[in-house]
Amino acid sequence: MRAYHWLALVPPFALLAGLWFANRVEPYVLGLPFLLFWIVLWVVATSATLWLIWTLDRRRASRDHAIKGTSA
Amino acid sequence: MSIALAILAACFVVAVGLGLLARRGLDMTLEEWSVGGRGFGSVFVFLLMAGEIYTTFTFLGGSGWAYGKGAPAFYILCYGAIAYALSYFLLPAVWRYAQPRRLISQADFFAAKYESRALGVLVALVGVAALVPYLVLQLKGLGIIVSEASYGSIAPAAAVWAGAAALILYVVVSGVRGSAWTAALKDTMILGVVVAIGVYLPLHHYGSYRAMFTAIERAHPGFLALPSRGMSPAWAISTVLLTALGFYMWPQYFASVFTARNEDVFRKNAVLLPLYQLVILFVFFAGFAALLVVPGLAGADADLALLRVSKATFGSAAVGVIGAAGLLTALVPGSMILIAAATILAQNVYRVLVPAAPERHVAMLARGLVAVIALAAVVLTLRGGSAIVALLLMGYNLVTQLFPALVLSLGARPLVSARAAFAGIVAGELTVAAISLTGSSVATLVPGAPQAVKDLNVGLVALIVNVAVTAAVGLATMASRPTVELAAADD
Repeated sequence: MRAYHWLALVPPFALLAGLWFANRVEPYVLGLPFLLFWIVLWVVATSATLWLIWTLDRRRASRDHAIKGTSA
Repeated sequence: MSIALAILAACFVVAVGLGLLARRGLDMTLEEWSVGGRGFGSVFVFLLMAGEIYTTFTFLGGSGWAYGKGAPAFYILCYGAIAYALSYFLLPAVWRYAQPRRLISQADFFAAKYESRALGVLVALVGVAALVPYLVLQLKGLGIIVSEASYGSIAPAAAVWAGAAALILYVVVSGVRGSAWTAALKDTMILGVVVAIGVYLPLHHYGSYRAMFTAIERAHPGFLALPSRGMSPAWAISTVLLTALGFYMWPQYFASVFTARNEDVFRKNAVLLPLYQLVILFVFFAGFAALLVVPGLAGADADLALLRVSKATFGSAAVGVIGAAGLLTALVPGSMILIAAATILAQNVYRVLVPAAPERHVAMLARGLVAVIALAAVVLTLRGGSAIVALLLMGYNLVTQLFPALVLSLGARPLVSARAAFAGIVAGELTVAAISLTGSSVATLVPGAPQAVKDLNVGLVALIVNVAVTAAVGLATMASRPTVELAAADD
C-alpha cells in the first residue's frame, strides 16, 4: 500500500457525500439535473483517479525492475 | 413473419452459433470449462466483468426505475464506480492467491484460505441460493423483451423455454468461452442500441436534454432529486455501499477473476469500467423520455418503459434490433450464472461428499447440473409472480454477507478462524432471511429512530450482525485455541 493509493478513496467519498449534499435539481449542468451531473462527474473522476494510480504503480514497478534487475 | 421477429430470430441464432463455435476443439476439463484455462486477456475479462453492467436488470430495470421512481434510479450508476475502485486492490490479491492453487470457484477460495471444506460448502450453498433468483430474473426479462419486441407474436413462456434451451446448449458445450464470445456480440449491440436511443429519444421528443428534464420537473416536481423520506439520501448511500461491497461477491463475477492471464488485467479494467458503465446514463435517458411520451405504466409495468417508448417512436426493424440487444442482456449473464452455480455444486458440494470422485465425473456432473438448474429456473420463472425483484434484492443481501470473511482472509493468514467466518456468515444469512420473510425495514425494527436512520437499507442490519458475530467468535476461538494457531503459524 503506497500513500498515493489513498487517492482511490476520494471519488467514492465524493459520490456518497453528493447523494446527501448535491441532492438538488438546479442548477442544470450540461442539460443534466445537478445530482445526476454530480454523479457523472465523479464516475469519470473514478476512472481518472484509478488511471493515475495505475500509471504511478507501473512507473514504480519498472523502476524497481531497473534497479534490482528482477521481474516486478 | 414481421421484420422485428426476423431480426430477433437471426440474432438469437448468431448468438447461439457464436457460443457453440467458442469451443474450437478445446478439451473441456473442468478448469477449461469454468475459467477458460486461465488464459483470458484484458478484452475477454473486461467483457465478462462488464456483464454485470448490462443484465436485463439494468436494461429494463434501469429505464423502469428512471420512469417510475426518478432520481432513486441514479444509485445504479454509483455502486459500480465504487466497486471498480475497490476491485483495483481486491482482485489482484484474489488472483495471486488463486492462480498457483488452480482454484476455479468462489467457494474454493474460501475453503483454501480458511483451510475448511465446511466453509467451502457453506459459501457454495449461499452462492446457489443467490444465483437461482438472479437467473429467474434474467429469464423473466427475456420473456418480456421477446414478447414486446415481437409485438406479441411470441408468448413470454415460449421465449423463456427457447432462451433456456439455448443457454443449456452452448453452456454445456463451450463453458465460459461461450459466455465470452457471446458477450462480445452483446456489448457491441447494446452499446450501439442504448447510445442511439438514449441520444435520439430525448432530442426527438423534447428538443434537448435540458428541455426534457425541465418538462419532467414541471409535470412531477421533485422527481429528479431524492425525496426527503423513503428513498432518501440515507437510503441511497446505504444501498450504494451495500451493493458496492456485494458486487464482486456474486459467484459468477468472483470466478471471472480466475479466467485472467495476469493480474494487471484487473487494474486496466478498473480504470476503464467506470467510464464504460456511464452508458447506463443513456438507459436512464430512455426511461425519462418515456415518462411523458408513454405515461401511465404503473408498478411492475414501469419495466416496459424502454420498449414501449421505442415502439411508439420507431418502426418494426428498429424495435427488432432493440429487442435483440435486450435478448443478449439476458443470455450472457444467464450463461455465467449457470456455469458458476453448476461449478460450485459439483466442485464444492459433490466433491466434498464424494472425495474419491474422479476429475472427469466432476466435470461431467457440472455440465449435467447446468440443465437441472436451468430447468428449475424456467419452472420458477413461469410460476413466479412479481416477487422476483424482492428475491433479487435478497440475493444481493445474501452474497454481501461473504464480504467480511473475504476481507479478513486477504492477509498472509486469515485474521479470524474458519469457525468465526462460518458463524458470521450463518448469522448474517439468517438475519437476511428473517428480514426478507417478515418484510422488515429499519423503520419497523426501530420505530423511534430519526427519519434518516429509518430509511437506511435494512441489509446493513444483517451485515452488522454478521461482523459482530464474526468478531465475537473470532476472539473466543483465538483465546481457546492458542496452541493450534501457533502450530499452524509455524509451518
